[in-house]
Amino acid sequence: MRFLPSQENMETKTIKDESKDTQTTERISGSEAIIKCLLAEGVDILYGYPGGAIMPVYDELYKYQDQIHHVLTRHEQGATHAAQGYARISGKVGVAIATSGPGATNLITGIADAQIDSTPMVCITGQVGSHLLGSDAFQETDIVGISTPVTKWNHQITKASEIPEVFAKAFYIAKSGRPGPVLIDITKDAQFETFDFTYEKCKGVRSYKPVPDTNEDTLKAAADLINNAKKPLIVWGQGVILGQAEEEFKAVIEKAGIPSAWTILGASAIPTSHPLNVGMVGMHGNYAPNVLTNECDVLIAIGMRFDDRVTGNLATYAKQAKIVHFEIDPAEVDKNVQTDVAVLGDAKASLKALLPLLNKNSHTKWHQQFKDLYQIEFEKVIKNDLHPVKDGLTMGEVLKEINSQTKGEAAIVSDVGQHQMIACRYADFNVSKSNITSGGLGTMGFALPAALGAKMAAPEREVIMIAGDGGYQMTIQELGTIFQQNIPVKIVVLNNEFLGMVRQWQQLFFDKRYASTEMVNPDFVAIAKGYHIEAKKVTERKDLKSAVKEMVDCKGPYFLEVRVEKEDNVFPMIPTGASVSDIRLE
Amino acid sequence: MENEIKQFTVSVYTENNIGLLNRISAIFQRRHINIESLNTSLSEIEGVSRFTIVVNVTESQMKKIQGQIEKQVEVIKAYYHTEEETIYQESCLFKIKSDLLFDERQIQNIIKESNARIVTVNKDFFVLEKSGRREELELLYRELSVFGIMQFTRSGRVAVTKDEMKISTMLKAFQH
Repeated sequence: MRFLPSQENMETKTIKDESKDTQTTERISGSEAIIKCLLAEGVDILYGYPGGAIMPVYDELYKYQDQIHHVLTRHEQGATHAAQGYARISGKVGVAIATSGPGATNLITGIADAQIDSTPMVCITGQVGSHLLGSDAFQETDIVGISTPVTKWNHQITKASEIPEVFAKAFYIAKSGRPGPVLIDITKDAQFETFDFTYEKCKGVRSYKPVPDTNEDTLKAAADLINNAKKPLIVWGQGVILGQAEEEFKAVIEKAGIPSAWTILGASAIPTSHPLNVGMVGMHGNYAPNVLTNECDVLIAIGMRFDDRVTGNLATYAKQAKIVHFEIDPAEVDKNVQTDVAVLGDAKASLKALLPLLNKNSHTKWHQQFKDLYQIEFEKVIKNDLHPVKDGLTMGEVLKEINSQTKGEAAIVSDVGQHQMIACRYADFNVSKSNITSGGLGTMGFALPAALGAKMAAPEREVIMIAGDGGYQMTIQELGTIFQQNIPVKIVVLNNEFLGMVRQWQQLFFDKRYASTEMVNPDFVAIAKGYHIEAKKVTERKDLKSAVKEMVDCKGPYFLEVRVEKEDNVFPMIPTGASVSDIRLE
Repeated sequence: MENEIKQFTVSVYTENNIGLLNRISAIFQRRHINIESLNTSLSEIEGVSRFTIVVNVTESQMKKIQGQIEKQVEVIKAYYHTEEETIYQESCLFKIKSDLLFDERQIQNIIKESNARIVTVNKDFFVLEKSGRREELELLYRELSVFGIMQFTRSGRVAVTKDEMKISTMLKAFQH
């Protein structure tokens, strides 16, 4: 939609790097230019699926296959989740590529997921020739229009000469500030067209300020509130990880002695075993940090966005507390929770500047309250989850076994549902960027392709995927990709033959009317074996340990199905609309 | 009163790019907020476009929407103002049967008193143009509708603010 007369739009936005005086120009096609842009941005792997409108780019990928590795997923959605897994474990920009029409629309779920979970990703889609735009041509779809609300930025290229600048800008926008997904749509004629190619990395965009300035007065005000607090509580989110602020964060909480709880995406920024780590907040989080949210006198939120799954009923959320919010995205401040002090800026820089302003403290009595409530949660919930006495296997004991055999060094890639909550609650994380899960969007089917991407980005790490029998089947075809690429991902399906989380809600809030939640499942082991992936099924407790050992020891990909209790529930739980302090233990 | 619904005029300074209108209007649509009027044009700064959007929302909603608009990569800055803080105009056109101009003396008086301008007259119809505040336009509409209006259209609001918007300073700061 061009709604203003001026045609000169690209030139004004990107600041040129004047320091580069020598630039080589070469006359190449748009599609070759795309590959060169990707190489210039350090892309080593991309995930995608070919088709008519993107074929010129695939032809170049063939020529450049010694420099850039294209992974053929089995569905474009898988390509986006793989790119997300790649980005989440490495901090680098994930790249997905697809053709026009259905190829492009299949990317949308992954793009929306990356948008809400702030994952840096660049998606490239082919488009019909520019002369066909708007003609309802074969496989034409308005992907720029469709993706607008779920992208940080998007752009359609119709001329090859736009490619270098748009790609440079795309990578810059995707990874700077609060990261997010960017989509570039390229018409087929622009892929064929030749032009004089030069590449300069983007150094800034006039209308875009990735990191807001930090006001020193707000830092002082924050330090003042923290220093005078009797019962301070920190809730941190993914901002600590995205801002690479783990060390600064640890230094702050250790100096000020503040109990610190995490949102699902903040998990692993400091080790699970850290004495100041008091667990997860939110709907299925830990008892102590949820209850004490409504008792603390200062709540310090760091790189988190007060999602409704974290806050429960806002009208009764931490009303007694002063709220301090460290945040990179000004639009998040006062969005859900009114703050008393907002410290804008990058977490790493802000926390570094905060540290010398803080008094040393230990808050021993306050810590004891967390310990006491943990004991209650342990007796009512954790004991039964991790040390069950009943016959059926629990999801928790599978996690406990994985913890013990990986020593908390594994990256856990979880899907969405009961197993996800159990994985996040019980997995031991020793290393940052180890909890890869779909938090904001809650995308079932995320885990298998995301685990593939994560393992490819960090081959030195143990990557264990954990999914339920429902979500696993949403992207089960990516077993084909894992097989073809021979990626040693460890795949664990916790099978309760139900869409467990929905069933739990039906049990608790819909009088056990189990509408369409019972699954009749195939032979998962046979399916894995069909892809030549080693596979095993465990139905009894006595076999769990040896099966997990076999999985961890396996050099290639491995599939492990564990039949767990059919109707177990995840507790604690804050029912929708309830207050965080009304969290239920049973 | 943060929770009282008021009329706000939003001024958005942006880069001039295809698709930005879609991106900005989606922010309102997603929150189920109706856009009362929308106008895009050049601004006082070369190469910078300006959106003028009128919405009825609470101030607390307005602040959040301002944040969401500014968050868009190609938005330079968004401001919002109440009616009292802006000087604004809207413009409208009436197409009316020419016979009425001669048969109904009253129409001539209405035109005169309203400071409306006759743009064109031919034997079938004449076109009347009126610029002003919304109430003035609405008054004229009511007065003329008695006689029958063949066609009517009203423009989006254009507004300038009484206070300075420091957009040029911001752009200069970026260049350094």
